[in-house]
Amino acid sequence: MPFLEIDSLAVDYRTGRGAVRAIEDVSFSLDKGETLGLAGESGSGKSTLGLSIMRLVPYPGVIVKGLIKIEETDILKLPEHEMCQIRGRKVAYIFQDPMTSLNPVKKIRAHFAELIRTHDPKTSEKEANERAKTVLKNLGILAERINDYPHQFSGGMRQRIMIGLAIALNPGLVIADEPTTALDVIVQAKILDLLENLRKIYGLALILISHDLSIILERCDKIIVMYAGHMVEYATSTELHRDPRHPYTQGLLRSIPNIELSDQKLSAITGSPPNMLNLPKGCPFWPRCSYAMETCQVNEPSLIDVGGNHLVRCFLYGK
Amino acid sequence: MLFVWQIGEFILSEIVRVENLKKYFPVQKSFLEQLFTRKMSYVKAVDDVTFSIKKREIFTLAGESGCGKTTTGRLIVRLLKPTSGKIYFKGPDITKLEGEKLRLLKRKMQIIFQDPYASLNPRMKLGDAVGHPLEIHGLAKGEEKKKRVLDVLDKVGLTPPEQFINLYPHQLSGGQRQRAALARSIILNPDFIVADEPVSMIDVSLRTTIIDLMLNFRKELGLTYLFITHDLAVAKYISDRIAIMYLGKIIEMGNKERLFLNPMHPYTQALLSAIPVPDPERKRITIELGGEVPSAINIPPGCRFHPRCPNKKDECAIKEPQLIEIEKDHFVACHPS
Repeated sequence: MPFLEIDSLAVDYRTGRGAVRAIEDVSFSLDKGETLGLAGESGSGKSTLGLSIMRLVPYPGVIVKGLIKIEETDILKLPEHEMCQIRGRKVAYIFQDPMTSLNPVKKIRAHFAELIRTHDPKTSEKEANERAKTVLKNLGILAERINDYPHQFSGGMRQRIMIGLAIALNPGLVIADEPTTALDVIVQAKILDLLENLRKIYGLALILISHDLSIILERCDKIIVMYAGHMVEYATSTELHRDPRHPYTQGLLRSIPNIELSDQKLSAITGSPPNMLNLPKGCPFWPRCSYAMETCQVNEPSLIDVGGNHLVRCFLYGK
Repeated sequence: MLFVWQIGEFILSEIVRVENLKKYFPVQKSFLEQLFTRKMSYVKAVDDVTFSIKKREIFTLAGESGCGKTTTGRLIVRLLKPTSGKIYFKGPDITKLEGEKLRLLKRKMQIIFQDPYASLNPRMKLGDAVGHPLEIHGLAKGEEKKKRVLDVLDKVGLTPPEQFINLYPHQLSGGQRQRAALARSIILNPDFIVADEPVSMIDVSLRTTIIDLMLNFRKELGLTYLFITHDLAVAKYISDRIAIMYLGKIIEMGNKERLFLNPMHPYTQALLSAIPVPDPERKRITIELGGEVPSAINIPPGCRFHPRCPNKKDECAIKEPQLIEIEKDHFVACHPS
C-alpha cells in the first residue's frame, strides 16, 4: 500500500481572465522511504502540485478533478478540521524561503510549542520544549538556542529549523519546495544531506521540488518532469538520465552544465515557456519541439509506458 | 604598462587591471554606541584584491553570497568609489576620474544586472529603454537612434525588432528582458562588460541562449567580460580564467582547466565538492566544512578561512597568506604544508 496516491489530478486557477489549468492529469504514487523529484521551470505547476497534497492551493486555485489518497484516506473528501490533523502529522511542507516562513517576533521554542500544542493540546510547555530540543539536536543545532529569535540564525540554520518544524510531529511525507534555492552551494549540500539522512532515519517519503535538475538527478529515486502543468515524463532517475524520452527532458538535460565534463556543448530549448492563460492547442510543448508533427498541433498526447514504468507523454512513442 | 602575449590567433593584451582594491562600508551605529565608542566599524566587502583581465577574455569572479564579487564588479565600472587601491582601464588609472571624463569612460564599460525584472524601467517602451544610453551620451537621436536600436535588438535575437521596440517590459518573458538588457549594454559599442549573475534568474532551458549571445559578441564585437556568478558549473562553461573569492579576498585564481582539475585551496576543494552533478550514478563525496562564513565586520586574523579549514596549521591563525603562483597561471593564497 503506497503512502501517497494521486490519480488524474487537475487544478484550476479561476482568474478574472478565465480559468487557468495549472495541473492537468497528474497521477503517481509514493512509498515510505522513497524520494520523488518534481522538476520543471517556473510556472510548470510543481509548487501547485505540492500544495494540493496539503490542500493548501492558494486562492483562486481549486482542485477540480482527481483523487489524493494518504494512507488510503481520500483527503479531498475530508472536512477541514480533519484535514488539519493530516497537515503536520502525516504531511509536512518546507517552504523555499526560510527568512519569511519563521515569525520574526517569536523565539524558536514558541514556534515548536505552537506546533506541538496545537496538535496535542495536552502537552505541557515543558514537554514541548524538551521535544524541540531533541529535534534541534538531531539537526546539529545546540539545544539552548531554542531561546533565540530567527534573526539570530543564518540562512542555512533557519532552513534547518524549518526542517525541524516539519519533522517534529513525525509525518510520513515531507514536501520540500525549493528548500535550498536561497542558500549557497556548501550549505545547500549540507541541507540536502540532512534531508537524506532524516529520510533514512524516520523512513520518510520525500518529495523534492526544484527547478535545478542537477539536484533532482543527484538526490531522488524517481523523477517527474513537469511542463505547463502536465506530467511529461516519469521514470527512475537512472533511467531518466540514461534514456530521456520526452523532447523537453532531452532539451533540459542538454542545457545543464556538468562540472565533471570538459568541453561540454550546451544547447538551449528554442522559444520561451508558454503563457498559461493561452496554452497552444494540442501538446503544450509543440511550438518549442524539434520533432513536432501535425498530430501534435491538434491532439493532446496521453501518458504511455515505454517499458518498466517509464511514462512519457509524447506522440513519438507507442502505437 | 601594457602586457602583450599571444594566445592562438589573437594578440591578447591587458584591458583591465585592479591593484590592491579595497572597499569598506561603514557600519551604522546606534546612538548609544556612538556615545561610548570612538572606533568606527566597517564591513570589509572587498579587502585587497589584485587581478587583471586580458582583452577578449572572460574572467569570472565566483564565490558564495557576501564574498565581495558584486562589489568588485561595481567598483570597476565606477558605480562605487573604492576605499583604496587602483583600477586601470586600457592603460590609464581611472580610480579618480570625475565628471565629464568619467562619463566618457562609461561609454566604454557597461554592466548587466542580475534581475531583468528590476533593471528595465516598467514605464519605458523597449525601444526607448535600449536607446536611452545613446541620448544620455548625445550620440544619436531620431531616425539614427531608431536604426541603431533596431540593429542591436536584431543582434540579441529579439526579432522582428520593429515589433519589440513598442513593447513594455511586462509584455516580455524573463529571458527576453535579459536579452533587452544585453542589447542596451552593447548599444554604445563598449569594450568591456561586467555581467553580474546574468543568467541566475532565468529559466534553465533559456540560460544557454543568453550565454551563447555573450560568447558571440566576444567574437563579433571583440568584447571582454567580467562574469560574476555563484554557479561554478556555469563559470566553468563560459570562462577562460576564474578567481574564487572568500570574505572579500581572492583565495585562488587561474586558468579554468587547471583550477577545476587541480584545486589547491581547501575552500575551493570544498566548494567544488558541493556542486551537484547531474548524474544519478555518480556518487561524489562532499568535503565537510565546519561552521558558516563569518561576518565581514569581524574578519578572522591570519588566514580568513582558518576557523573552517580542515587542514589548518598554527601559522594560519597568525599570518595572512599571499596569492602565490604555484604553476603557470594558477595562483593560491594558502600556507604551504
